[in-house]
Amino acid sequence: MHPDDRLLFEKSRPGMNAIEAPRPELPKGAESLDTASLLPAELRRQSATDLPAVGQLDLVRHYTRLSRKNFAISTTFYPLGSCTMKFNPLINETVVAEPGFADLHPYQNEDDIQGALGLVFELERYLAEISGLPHISLHPAAGAHGELTALMVIREHFRKIGEDDRRTVLIPDSAHGTNPASCTLCGFKTVELKSNEDGLVDIDDLKKKIEAAGPKGIAALMITNPNTLGLFERRIQEIAELIHSAGGKVYMDGANLNALMGISRPGDFGVDIMHFNLHKTFSTPHGTGGPGAGPIGVTDELEPYLPIPRVVKDGERFRFEENRPSSIGRTRAFVGNFGVMVRAYTYIRALGRAGIRRVGENAVLNANYLRVLLGKHMAVAHPRLCMHEFVLTARRLAKEHGVKATDLAKRLLDSGFHPPTIYFPLIVPEALMIEPTETESKSTLDAFAQAFGQIIEEAQKNPEKLHQAPTTTPVQRMDEVRAVKQPVLRWRRG
Amino acid sequence: MPYIQNTENEQREMLRAIGVESIKDLFEPLPASTRLGRDLDIPVGMDEASLRRHMIELAKKNRPLGDGPSFLGAGRTRHYVPVIVDHLAGRSEFVTAYTPYQPEASQGSLQVFFEFQTMIAQITGMEIANSSVYDGASALAEAALMALSLQKVDRIVVSKASHPEDRDTLRTYLRNLDVELVEVPLKEGRTDLDATRKALEVGASALCFQSPNFLGILEDGAALTEIAHEAKALSIVSVHPLSLGVVAPPGDYDADIVVGDGQPLGCPPYLGGPAFGIFATREKFIRRLPGRIVGQTVDGQGRQGYVLTFQTREQHIRRDKATSNICTNNALMALRGAIYLAAMGERGFAAVAESCLVQAHAAARAITQVEGCSLLYDGQPFFCELAVQLPKKAKEVNRHLAKKGIQGGYDLGRFDPALDHAMLLAVTEVTSGDDVDRLVAALREL
Amino acid sequence: MRPDDLRYLESHEWVRLQDGMATIGITDYAVEHLNDLVFLDLPSVGDEVTRGESFGEIESVKAVSELYSPVSGEVVEVNEPLKENLDQLAQDAFGGGWMIKVKASDPSELESLLDAAAYEKVLEKE
Repeated sequence: MHPDDRLLFEKSRPGMNAIEAPRPELPKGAESLDTASLLPAELRRQSATDLPAVGQLDLVRHYTRLSRKNFAISTTFYPLGSCTMKFNPLINETVVAEPGFADLHPYQNEDDIQGALGLVFELERYLAEISGLPHISLHPAAGAHGELTALMVIREHFRKIGEDDRRTVLIPDSAHGTNPASCTLCGFKTVELKSNEDGLVDIDDLKKKIEAAGPKGIAALMITNPNTLGLFERRIQEIAELIHSAGGKVYMDGANLNALMGISRPGDFGVDIMHFNLHKTFSTPHGTGGPGAGPIGVTDELEPYLPIPRVVKDGERFRFEENRPSSIGRTRAFVGNFGVMVRAYTYIRALGRAGIRRVGENAVLNANYLRVLLGKHMAVAHPRLCMHEFVLTARRLAKEHGVKATDLAKRLLDSGFHPPTIYFPLIVPEALMIEPTETESKSTLDAFAQAFGQIIEEAQKNPEKLHQAPTTTPVQRMDEVRAVKQPVLRWRRG
Repeated sequence: MPYIQNTENEQREMLRAIGVESIKDLFEPLPASTRLGRDLDIPVGMDEASLRRHMIELAKKNRPLGDGPSFLGAGRTRHYVPVIVDHLAGRSEFVTAYTPYQPEASQGSLQVFFEFQTMIAQITGMEIANSSVYDGASALAEAALMALSLQKVDRIVVSKASHPEDRDTLRTYLRNLDVELVEVPLKEGRTDLDATRKALEVGASALCFQSPNFLGILEDGAALTEIAHEAKALSIVSVHPLSLGVVAPPGDYDADIVVGDGQPLGCPPYLGGPAFGIFATREKFIRRLPGRIVGQTVDGQGRQGYVLTFQTREQHIRRDKATSNICTNNALMALRGAIYLAAMGERGFAAVAESCLVQAHAAARAITQVEGCSLLYDGQPFFCELAVQLPKKAKEVNRHLAKKGIQGGYDLGRFDPALDHAMLLAVTEVTSGDDVDRLVAALREL
Repeated sequence: MRPDDLRYLESHEWVRLQDGMATIGITDYAVEHLNDLVFLDLPSVGDEVTRGESFGEIESVKAVSELYSPVSGEVVEVNEPLKENLDQLAQDAFGGGWMIKVKASDPSELESLLDAAAYEKVLEKE
């Protein structure tokens, strides 16, 4: 191992630090303070933290070297399905660092944060217009958090109208894992809906399961549209009507909203409540796993239950509103991930109404183009027009050559591309789920398709090469069994 | 449009390859009745220069804390953020990467989180930590859920001295799970030990408290933990992470779960988010831990490396039976926390905490020399926030301070209407002696 | 051919009934398809299990499978050493790889389960 690749703790040399800690500066009248006796002995820390002691250059080198071991959008095509890895415009990062956004406190006098509150208010208005749902809350911290918050809104609504026995939530088998996990946290029971041959909700199965839930059993349907196969639910209005006539609410997982922006609005096709992922659709960076933001949008009927605080406008003045007796309450502290909202607002203002529609159009154009190119090498699970993404199946390759989706993914790393999402959705065997996004150029898509074609050829002629891939990355395939059976979850002094 | 990189010619070529005439044809799967058919009612786009001007104008309608002396805390405290944090955490290879599901393509992030987990374990004195959750409030809620799944008693006890927004969050999370939430009152600004013992008599899965608590006072964590353990409840402690440079960490008094908001560790206050949630616990609870965990292992060549591990706990595998629904967390902010802790190091971390402690006590001495001002709970130990009794309503005092260009403290009348003549003042290592002098001068004018 | 003194579930559990005592495990086929096993969660002695319901979980690195009980009754013995030595499952799924012993409350429950030949047919379809 190169010595610079060691852990921080192994580079530590007692006495070093990367920055000088500030020294206390005492106000007048306090010069004689006995600083040793400020805490009772039993509350004083006795144990060493053992934090690393590293000089500034070593620290800069440490993190710079680490950063270079990552694949990122700024270096590589990153077509993860359902993750919308689009370009993160640099202006967003510049403006969010303004002290007028970064250095604000949630408990400041509202007169001192009118710009910030105005931004929250306007961003809500834009999301309402894009989704066709009139009320937005920017409170939730991420997509799954938005789902949970939204399900709480639904539960609270039914509690309020005396129908708290509605506990069944229908979820298609192609859904994200967060959907059922969020239901459990909300006291709901999930029932899986089968997809039909076309990869869409099976209407007969839907009817059967609505009936099985009993006359006042259905709380909601959680649907992703376009779904995780990249297909638009053509019969969405009929589906929504079935749910509504059973007294349930239609929830939409907005992970795939990118395909619809400016073209079709969930609120117009029967959705009552949905979440957005600002870190997918609205270009705020994924940051190696967050922070994101998972705003929710609702109809008038569900508005009273939205979490607090709300931002409201009185005349020309914006203020927080907390006194909302029907609200579910808070699902986190403070207004939300404001730093993420600033970026999303900036993005929407940069694009404007025409730019936003072009996002959807080009996301679908890029996905279909890549589908056609890759479809020459491997079966597309549903070979017809897709929306923002599509799913390939490596089933034949696995059967005939012993090369699995994971092997293809690893070999793509050797070609310098980040692989697509694999083994999802669960209903497609050996799935590769590909979402190129609108920000990639044709030449990048061509290059990816060419590399993919070569790998397929290699898989047939020399499958062993794929089993051994990747070989060009900082490490090769990791022993994940060992990671669980002999867990090492932190460094310890040896 | 600069974010789309295909020329019109290329678009035409692509359409031809797909076998359709126009972009409109691509949307054939959408029934006409689902289409919008009009322009969105959103302003037209802006060029970069105009957009930047617009954003700066919006920013100018806000008054940043740094514009003058500021004493606002109550869940967000100001601390110095070393420039190294912005530079390194701003590297695009961190900013624009996804969750490290492909370990070979993410060794950078994975090693960062392994080191982060270690440093969080070190400062809290706990065995293990995860690689962050959303914030301190949701961390507390997740900790309560974890305790419920371990102890299986449908009751949670929480101190009233915990942050009101944390308690609200806890209440919201538990409301749909048929779990009783009991609040324990305060005595002299601290959690009442007798009342706690009583509240735990019929059993609970956990006792949750915060130290330093919302009033800035350090709790007797050892006593509270012992009371919890006598009742077979887990002890869940919310911490201000920087306090752990001088204050005994919960691991030293046998706490079971430590949570907290990581904002003081290298994150700007951002009107309340994003920062990151801290979550640390015992290794034996690993299978009940929410969120992502990074583990060390080796590759086929025996080279050391890192992977996301114990993934079967998580929603993408266990779905409705997952330990939590969390997926995206607050990784980039956790990276800031890691760089902050590494830059400070053992010595610097202790020194910053000591600075906060000393400055806050010095400020307390200076403020209490003003007639009519005293510590609300004199003699109780505190870290960097002090609850001060005032001669007038806190609301009025804050108005007066604002006129002097000073951002006053948190009006404790919001916490408890009986305390409307008191405020919570935060004093940290960035509060200068001059800031306190100005505050004292302004208070004398009341 | 798998042991014909056992009964099977379509979810790949097996059960052996002797003197009202049901010994339960999972088949070699299941073990093979759950490669890289890392964790086994079993009930405790004294717990009640219900026919058709989960009595535990078995995990590989990236998958979790529920274990379904072929009978109802009280758990009287648990193969604790197996938890620490999951390799035993691959080596001897029908012997040393047993998981729990249950005092069957209704031995007739076994009658409707698959015999070895019927289970083979299930596997052919998979």
